Amino acid sequence: MTRLTPSAKGIALHVGVVLALLALNFLLPEYHRGVFARVLVLAVFAMGYNLAFGYTGLLSLGHAMFFAAGLYGAGLTIYHLEWSVWPAFAAGLAAGAGLALVVGFLALRTTGVAFMIVTLMFAQVFYLTTLYFTTYTRGEEGLVLPQAARVLGFPGGTLNLSDPSTRYLVALALFTLVLGVILFVVRAPFGRSLIAIRENDERMRMLGYNVFANKLASVVLSGIVCAASGAAYAVLFGYVGSGFAAIQYSILPLLWVLVGGAATTLGPLIGTLFMFYVIDTASSYTTAHLLVVGLVLIGVILFFPKGIAGTVRERWLPWLP
Amino acid sequence: MAFGPYLLLATLEGLVTAAVLSLMALGLSLVFGVMRVVNVAHGEFYMLGAVLAWWFSSLIGGHPAVGFMLALVLSPLVVAAIAFVAERLVLSRLKYEPEATIVATIGLLYIIQQLALTFYGPEARPVEAPFTYRISLPWFGYSAYKLAVIGFSILMMLATWFVLTRTKIGLVMRATQFDREMAQAFGIPVGRVYAGVFALGAGLAAVAAVLIVPIQQAHYLMGHDPLLLSFIVVIIGGLGSLRGTVVAAVLIGLSDGIISMFFSPTLAKMLATLIVALVLVFRPQGLFGTAAR
Repeated sequence: MTRLTPSAKGIALHVGVVLALLALNFLLPEYHRGVFARVLVLAVFAMGYNLAFGYTGLLSLGHAMFFAAGLYGAGLTIYHLEWSVWPAFAAGLAAGAGLALVVGFLALRTTGVAFMIVTLMFAQVFYLTTLYFTTYTRGEEGLVLPQAARVLGFPGGTLNLSDPSTRYLVALALFTLVLGVILFVVRAPFGRSLIAIRENDERMRMLGYNVFANKLASVVLSGIVCAASGAAYAVLFGYVGSGFAAIQYSILPLLWVLVGGAATTLGPLIGTLFMFYVIDTASSYTTAHLLVVGLVLIGVILFFPKGIAGTVRERWLPWLP
Repeated sequence: MAFGPYLLLATLEGLVTAAVLSLMALGLSLVFGVMRVVNVAHGEFYMLGAVLAWWFSSLIGGHPAVGFMLALVLSPLVVAAIAFVAERLVLSRLKYEPEATIVATIGLLYIIQQLALTFYGPEARPVEAPFTYRISLPWFGYSAYKLAVIGFSILMMLATWFVLTRTKIGLVMRATQFDREMAQAFGIPVGRVYAGVFALGAGLAAVAAVLIVPIQQAHYLMGHDPLLLSFIVVIIGGLGSLRGTVVAAVLIGLSDGIISMFFSPTLAKMLATLIVALVLVFRPQGLFGTAAR
């Protein structure tokens, strides 16, 4: 057997993960298949966050607004304008991209602590906006999208997104697509320059790179990926509410990425899955699941700052992308 | 009621908000100024102060003033002790790295909030004011307690100012803020100063909370809005500037009181948050602060 190059090993691993997830659709019991579908969609959110936080080193506390932009972009057009799923999904992406462009353009003028607070505040404004226009969004109570509207049209037929198996496979398709895009981006020159900016942006500037433009591109791409997750969440699970724009949904992707491993391609999936099952298990003993979130956050940042995949990469598999 | 008295009422209410807010924001500002730590759990220390105030005052019967005084002394001490332990156990081990400490204080926020929900419950509970005398103005009666809150808050601010600028403790704190390594070289126990400042910041939030519980009730989610407002105050006032913090607190407290009388509170909050975010983007040193060294 010939030895694989690190790059081939990485690609083989990712193909293997996707195939394993595909097999799980047929093996998992009903309840866990539902959990996995949700985890796959939210892992996309975490991957988008990871692009800004893990690879570019931009600690944002406001990514809930990009997720919610996708969620509302898709949800409101379906609910009020009766658009079909494809254009509604595109509207979600466009909303996320536009918002990320504006927020990135403003917030990237600041760095460090100020960047965190500015993103936090923009997200808060977005959250309050969804509450203010409660006539259209129904605020915290939210909108339930009718099942008849959640149908994905193809030239050869239609897919009913409220069917559990279809839902899982569509979620997996989106996850695979985004995983592929991220894997491609972080290995491309653009991704390498983002990592270099994270490590030392002064030196990058001196080498003649446009640091601001690269960071902005990273935020916009991250916003689009998060919006894709939000839009997918709206059409797959049929619920759109202000809760998804609240501060908690800015903290959760940070938690997932930290637990799974920042700046690793598979870390977001591992972290999301791990936290879902930790909270799931904890809820069967106690209702205090926020306590678990808090303890895990502190525990990870104290003892495990590189996360699961990051530690694996450091100790055993240096080729892990 | 005519417009004049109406405005006077709004102003008085705004001043009460400003009094409480400036104490809380002062705590946040001290922690940021000296330690360079953004304490996201600050609102939870405030909430904890209020919840403990209810607990202490319900422990003993008799005149409400006795229970209130007990709460005013003990509740900030307990909160400060908790903050001290959290600082030693978590923040000090993170070497005060800004991003790591933010994540850790977010964790702390969730832990405190959940514990309050579990042990205190989701109800809002009042604490009786130490005295219920009403001052009758020509147009309306006004609670003397609220005026006392303003007075007490001013006293606390003066005391903090005195400690910071006129005592050895304050000198040590300012030296640590100015240059941590140099302070260490001169034999200042930087670690203990940090723990003390963190405890002091939390204690100030708790004092603010004890003062407010006879007016608002104690509730496990009450820390959220004041946290955001204190952030706004600290940013507008310039991070780490005491005078700026007080001016900004009065400004924000008054405008919050007056704006929310004429506009929808959600819209007011939206606009205020947006404006502050833009201030931070275009004038990061705040309106009163000087450029960073």
